[in-house]
Amino acid sequence: MRKITYCDALREAMIQEMERDAGVFVYGIGVPDHKAVFGSTRGIAEKFGRSRCFDTPLSEDAMTGFGLGAALNGMRPIHVHIRIDFMLLAFNQIVNMISSYKYSSAGQLKVPMVIRAIIGRGWGQGFQHSKSMYAVFAHIPGLKVVLPTTAYDAKGLLISAIRDDSPVIFIEHRWLYWQEGDVPQEPYTIPLGTGNIIREGQDITIVATSWMNVEATKAADILSKHGISVEIVDPRTISPLNDELIIKSVEKTGHCIVADNDWVFCGLSAEIAARVSAKCFGKLKAPVERIGFAQTPCPTARHLENEFYPNAIKIIRLVEKMLNLDPIDLSKEEFYSHEKKFKGPF
Amino acid sequence: MSKELNIKLYKKLYLIRRIEEKICEYYPEDEMKTPMHMSMGEEAIVVGVCQALNNHDQIFTTYRSHAAFLAKTQETDYFFAEMYAKDTSPLKGKGGSMHLCSPENGFMGTSAIVAAHIPVAVGCSFANKYQKNNKVVVVFFGDGAVDEGNFWESINLACLMKLPIIFVCEDNGLAVHTHSFQRRGYDSISQIISKFNCRVVESNSTDVEEIYNLSRDAINSSRAEFKPCFMNFKYYRYLEHVGVNYDFDAGYRSKDEFDEWRKKDPVIFQYNKLLSLNVSSIEIKKIEEGINKKIEGSLLKAKKASFSEVGELYRGVL
Repeated sequence: MRKITYCDALREAMIQEMERDAGVFVYGIGVPDHKAVFGSTRGIAEKFGRSRCFDTPLSEDAMTGFGLGAALNGMRPIHVHIRIDFMLLAFNQIVNMISSYKYSSAGQLKVPMVIRAIIGRGWGQGFQHSKSMYAVFAHIPGLKVVLPTTAYDAKGLLISAIRDDSPVIFIEHRWLYWQEGDVPQEPYTIPLGTGNIIREGQDITIVATSWMNVEATKAADILSKHGISVEIVDPRTISPLNDELIIKSVEKTGHCIVADNDWVFCGLSAEIAARVSAKCFGKLKAPVERIGFAQTPCPTARHLENEFYPNAIKIIRLVEKMLNLDPIDLSKEEFYSHEKKFKGPF
Repeated sequence: MSKELNIKLYKKLYLIRRIEEKICEYYPEDEMKTPMHMSMGEEAIVVGVCQALNNHDQIFTTYRSHAAFLAKTQETDYFFAEMYAKDTSPLKGKGGSMHLCSPENGFMGTSAIVAAHIPVAVGCSFANKYQKNNKVVVVFFGDGAVDEGNFWESINLACLMKLPIIFVCEDNGLAVHTHSFQRRGYDSISQIISKFNCRVVESNSTDVEEIYNLSRDAINSSRAEFKPCFMNFKYYRYLEHVGVNYDFDAGYRSKDEFDEWRKKDPVIFQYNKLLSLNVSSIEIKKIEEGINKKIEGSLLKAKKASFSEVGELYRGVL
């Protein structure tokens, strides 16, 4: 099958939906400029014109309400934020307006709107360009929250999000943009609320989100050389959260780590750990463990940043602890970094 | 001066005033369990503006929404059913007094977060322009909303995008209990807005016909020229910020002001205008009795209806 990058998969999803439906439009700060939001909107303004692909004033809150208004009148806006941190300026519109508009109108109105936001680290991006925040959005009833991991997911989930009649927060990790994967040319959908088994295994389940699937896969590769078989489950949509795959997997392995690309405290990992503990009680051979960002703002310096983020090494050390293994010598292993990009495939 | 038009305007003013008087009468029964932000005093603004709209034109307003809802929709059954949270309300009690909504009548919703509905109205207007459907959007807000970033972001955006939208500031000089001079580092909002690429209209009239005429011109030219308009209408809020009582004893404003404005009360003003147009007091009484009957009917129906079922809680989240 044809291989394209995650970034091009996103772009193709938007283009194909804009061709299909004249009500779809894409807007946001920098969307039509020469950098085109890391390339994800490249060529769209040229192809569809500035009435359907446009830049905006630096008014995140109003531009979010603007999208809501357009959606109420039957359009399908895609609002893009180059960093999710900027989306916090729109928290009022997202939480007080968008999430509850359909409900408060008792279904007389619907809100078919997508908000794309990019998360992830560069080097030294610091505490205002590095958040994930998705658990915060998932906490709000009335929003769907989607975290595509593979290039295939990026296209199929974005098309589903655009066609969905509810507001969807669509969160893309910057470091996933470079990976190539099999992506069909023709439009296809992946239903929101379905997970994906990234890797099958027997000994331990790692529930991973977004970039953490790459780290978990790296950890699993290394652990497999030492006889440990890891199953990786990617929920893909965290709200609504369908936990069937997760529960089935943990029932099989009896061990569960939630590797989340976000803060641990009050985060998605707590929700998943609670569900696994309740639904797999009796089948668990050890308590559910969680791994995620340090409970600090994100520092700028590389050595501190490395400590802040969860990674494959931390996953391996946690697996060793849970399964009572001797520490593996990792000195000869290579791990992903800002310079050593993950280019796929999964 | 058209007699027919003025009768129509009076009917709407009277309907709104009488409904709110009924709320004042029945609210102490504690069966309408929703915080009431009363419209008394502002009726001429919403009635005048809405009279100048087509049925398919769209409006947004604030939590102080009774007058605008009734002026745009005339739906008294719907209105009281929702005040009493009954199954007969299309909203099933999910909105209450602050969150009325009737999209089929162009009443697109409200916000109880000051100014949060303004950019939503701008987005609706963008869609209308894109869809070339000739609809105009009117967004009502109080002068407190002008303190919010959302207002400035929205007026800038509407002017930038050349949208057919009317910003109507219902200016009572108060944000809850705080006067505008305690909140502003400038004197005239209209003067500042006039620097944007939009029309600006100002009035402190309580004459509904005058407000209608100003609005008609503003709406027509906005529709034709794809140019926003900002309208600032002064009025006096008769009752407390929230609730059904007067609050002149609270100390933040004086009853003298009220007495001054009361002299040009919009409903009484229009009543007198009808007399001057040779509508007899008997004719007016007949009109009023018809409206009273309608209100009484809607109110009793709402009181008798059953609550929406509890399962409604979970319906329509996603």
